[in-house]
Amino acid sequence: MRVGVVQFPGSCDDRDAAWAVRVLGAEPVVLWHGDAWLAGVDAVVLPGGFSYGDYLRSGALARFSPVMGSVGAFARRGGPVLGVCNGFQVLCEAGLLPGALTRNAGLRFVARDQSVRVEARCVWTAGIRPGTVLALPVKHGDGRYVHPEPDALATGGQVLARYCDPDGVVGTAGNPNGSVAAIAGVTNAAGNVAGLMPHPEHAVDPLLGSTDGRLLLGAVLAAVAA
Amino acid sequence: MTAPAAAPHGPALAGELGLTADEYERIVGTLGRAPSTAELATYSVMWSEHCSYKSSKRYLARLPTRGPHILVGPGENAGVVDVGGGTAVTFKIESHNHPSFVEPFQGAATGVGGIIRDILAMGARPVALLDPLRFGDPGDPRTRRLVDGVVRGIGHYGNSVGVATVGGELAFDASYGGNPLVNVLCLGVLPRTRLQLARAERAGDVAVLVGQRTGRDGIGGASVLASAEFGDAAADASKRPNVQVGDPFAGKSLIECCLQLYAEDLLSGIQDMGAAGIVCSTAEMASRAGLGMTVDLDAVPLREASMDAWEILCSESQERMLALVARDGVPRVLQVCARWGVDATPIGEVTDGGRLVFRYRGRVVHDVPAASLADGAPSCDRHVVDWVHPAAGQDAEAVPPPADVRAAALAVLSSPNVASARWVWEQYDSLVGHGTVVGPGGDAAVLRLADGLSHGEGGQAGEFRGVAVSTDGNGRWCALDPREGTKLAVAEAARNVACAGAAPVAATNCLNFGSPERPPVMGQFRDAVEGLAVACEALGTPVTGGNVSFYNQTGHTAVQPTPVVGVLGVVDDVRACPGPAFVAPGDALLMVGAPTRPGLGGSEYLQRVHGRVAGRPPRIDLDEERRLHGLLCAAAAGGVLRSAHDVAVGGLLATVVESCLPRELGARLVPEDGVAVHQWLFGESPTRVVCSAAPDAVPVLSALCDGHGVFHRRLGIVTAMPRVEAGGSLTLGLDEAGHAHRSGLSEALELT
Amino acid sequence: MPRVHIDVMPKDEILDPQGQAIERALPQLGFAGVRSVRVGKHFELDVDDTADLEERVRAMADSLLANSVIERFRYHVEP
Repeated sequence: MRVGVVQFPGSCDDRDAAWAVRVLGAEPVVLWHGDAWLAGVDAVVLPGGFSYGDYLRSGALARFSPVMGSVGAFARRGGPVLGVCNGFQVLCEAGLLPGALTRNAGLRFVARDQSVRVEARCVWTAGIRPGTVLALPVKHGDGRYVHPEPDALATGGQVLARYCDPDGVVGTAGNPNGSVAAIAGVTNAAGNVAGLMPHPEHAVDPLLGSTDGRLLLGAVLAAVAA
Repeated sequence: MTAPAAAPHGPALAGELGLTADEYERIVGTLGRAPSTAELATYSVMWSEHCSYKSSKRYLARLPTRGPHILVGPGENAGVVDVGGGTAVTFKIESHNHPSFVEPFQGAATGVGGIIRDILAMGARPVALLDPLRFGDPGDPRTRRLVDGVVRGIGHYGNSVGVATVGGELAFDASYGGNPLVNVLCLGVLPRTRLQLARAERAGDVAVLVGQRTGRDGIGGASVLASAEFGDAAADASKRPNVQVGDPFAGKSLIECCLQLYAEDLLSGIQDMGAAGIVCSTAEMASRAGLGMTVDLDAVPLREASMDAWEILCSESQERMLALVARDGVPRVLQVCARWGVDATPIGEVTDGGRLVFRYRGRVVHDVPAASLADGAPSCDRHVVDWVHPAAGQDAEAVPPPADVRAAALAVLSSPNVASARWVWEQYDSLVGHGTVVGPGGDAAVLRLADGLSHGEGGQAGEFRGVAVSTDGNGRWCALDPREGTKLAVAEAARNVACAGAAPVAATNCLNFGSPERPPVMGQFRDAVEGLAVACEALGTPVTGGNVSFYNQTGHTAVQPTPVVGVLGVVDDVRACPGPAFVAPGDALLMVGAPTRPGLGGSEYLQRVHGRVAGRPPRIDLDEERRLHGLLCAAAAGGVLRSAHDVAVGGLLATVVESCLPRELGARLVPEDGVAVHQWLFGESPTRVVCSAAPDAVPVLSALCDGHGVFHRRLGIVTAMPRVEAGGSLTLGLDEAGHAHRSGLSEALELT
Repeated sequence: MPRVHIDVMPKDEILDPQGQAIERALPQLGFAGVRSVRVGKHFELDVDDTADLEERVRAMADSLLANSVIERFRYHVEP
């Protein structure tokens, strides 16, 4: 089981994602942005950070990297792809996920422990019952999800998770960035490509806090292994 | 080779650049001729207070710098400490006070970038940042603007560059109104074998400029921005065109690029280009080895074409390093840099003979002994008079108990110096690097060095070795008594580290003072350094490096003397680190270390409730303090402690409330005989830690205390009911206390 | 009501990291021949027409829209 972790210039959580993959028992493979070859990996993670400094727009420059052409082809073949934070922004800019991520409503970077309610089943949430509340850290400045038809997205099963309070109630109080319909993560229509603003890779070790990220990352490992 | 042409009107130009007549004569004597324009510029920046430490070095020589764990002491980019297991840690504090006043966002951002590169230059991966900050009156709208800009700037750079911000301090006093303090501590981790030094190794090696193109950023910043007082006009237009802009993306690329260069063992030396850019890095690297360097300034990639030689030499453009490379290694170095999108250009070579030669447009524009620039600044024997604070002689302990203890308690808890700084640290990434065991909000930040797996950069599989780091500095205490105040700062930073179960092993410092041209300021400085030396010796924390920031002064108003001390501790197993939070109802509370002693002098209570800054700071017994640290480490390693949190600014009540809040527990406290209620709840006497322990562990803890010769007394019990009961004198609901503590900062600053 | 267009740009001597990153990315995408990129902000304000209009615009730009430490601005008024 090999999971590719893409390294863009300016990626920051790439080492964390690779470490989390290893903690969960799989083998991380660093995929260099300038190489189009995906090294035969079984899944791809686009990590958090500030690719190309997030200048122009978050993710706007990274999506033109050679590796992204291959990630796109991999995704169209049904390969599991997860973008976390900046990786989510890159996938939206690349058109692999619907919507866009914009400046936080509060106009400040937000770093805190966040409750997130899983909404839909997809390859990345297999085995997690919808409605389950996970504790995952968020840390971003451009995390306000925007989509013209959030209800249609939900009806189509493409809303992966929403921000909520610790009791699972979705409302403005638990929404850290003003995302439309409190959307914290989405998938493509096929369900193999997912994007999340919260960081599951930072929630896999009890020494460092929550371990709920194991559920998300573990699901895809199990699915691919099956 | 013809000598560089003499600068026209040399003596007058020297004066404009801030060189004294004596210094000019010394330059002429050294060179045997009149200096060129470029030479005058380089001497002026290298001999500025900021670069040469000319007023402070005679005092700094007093500091203890050796110890069993110290691999590299002061004099390099940062000190390096052996933490065992083949791993070393490097850490240092720097100030970016003046630039942050001129342009808070960019000033703070470039401050973060600069210290990160100092740490990177030692061969380390920078992994953690702490930001000790001081601002003026929180009610002043200018303060709000500065706080906002500085916090955004720190976040902008730190978050984007991928280094976790794990702690810091925030304090307010009117004296910082025209001169905020923005200090940044960075900590890095390296395998011992990868240590890099900022010195040339041999003649013939190639000097490669790595990083951003050179522009007019911060020209003269070292001598003008950092070494002159601000005028009374808050916005001095003449200082404005010089602002450096930080590029965290370039900084991040530079980090990864340098780490690959180190991993391939391609460099014979490396130094960050900070203040005084090219001239400082070349002069220091050459002179440390008794060698010279010849540099072709035409090779330096410029952002603006029409720069003069002196501008190129003194530019403080950010995200640049000077690397020295054996000639046959140059192609590979350029290849690695290209991979990371980092510009790299050979600009010169190391030479025998000790001369620092710069050529530009076909001529030699600069030819001086490298050592004369790096170490030749005349030591400046400033006039010193004893500093006595006008209110230090008052008896602060004599104030009567407050009529309304509850109101006093809420006033102290909501003081912006005591209240939670969550608003600040929720704007910082504290997680990146997956090593943050305890982040912002604790006594000390705790970092796991290895990642528990086999592929980490800093250790072996299954290792849980870690470090704890904390900064402290109480300007109010130091204003009342610089010597005692500085001892207390060292003790508290070390105590914070020990509360996390880590043994304090090394210190760094940033000494923020007013103008050294004012004799009482030099008196404060002399006394503070003495206190620093005494405490670091007594507590076993040698000073591995630091920074002196003078001229923190606007008009006649100097900042409170503010030595900020950072202490590093080592812990064998981070899983055993107790946190500050109470864990379970029924746990016993013990006061460990020392009894409550007179401690209202310079206290938060006295200022917040009585509006007074008066008296002497509390006395500290450093032997008693050191015994406490040993006890805390032993108790943590033995698994005896459920929590440990020291009594600091605000006093016992603030400590207990902070320990109750995370799990919404309460505490019932047993009053101390013979101690007035306000002394007991708000006194800030040192060497006290509130520990909680499971009831059946109390005898073990008591025996441990006795074995270490450490005072302890039963303080009370952790309760399920979320309120603090302090004998008959005060019962405070946790919701009320928590609200004061949570909202104090935002209410004081009127933040949204 | 006149519409005022205000452009705020980083001063020429000030490093523009954003422009630099875009400048370096463009050739990688096949857009050759770009010598320099600088990134700024464009504001459009609908403002009451008064005699001191331009003076007010300059004051607004100077005190709020631009950071005079690192940015310059220019404007034009569309009647």
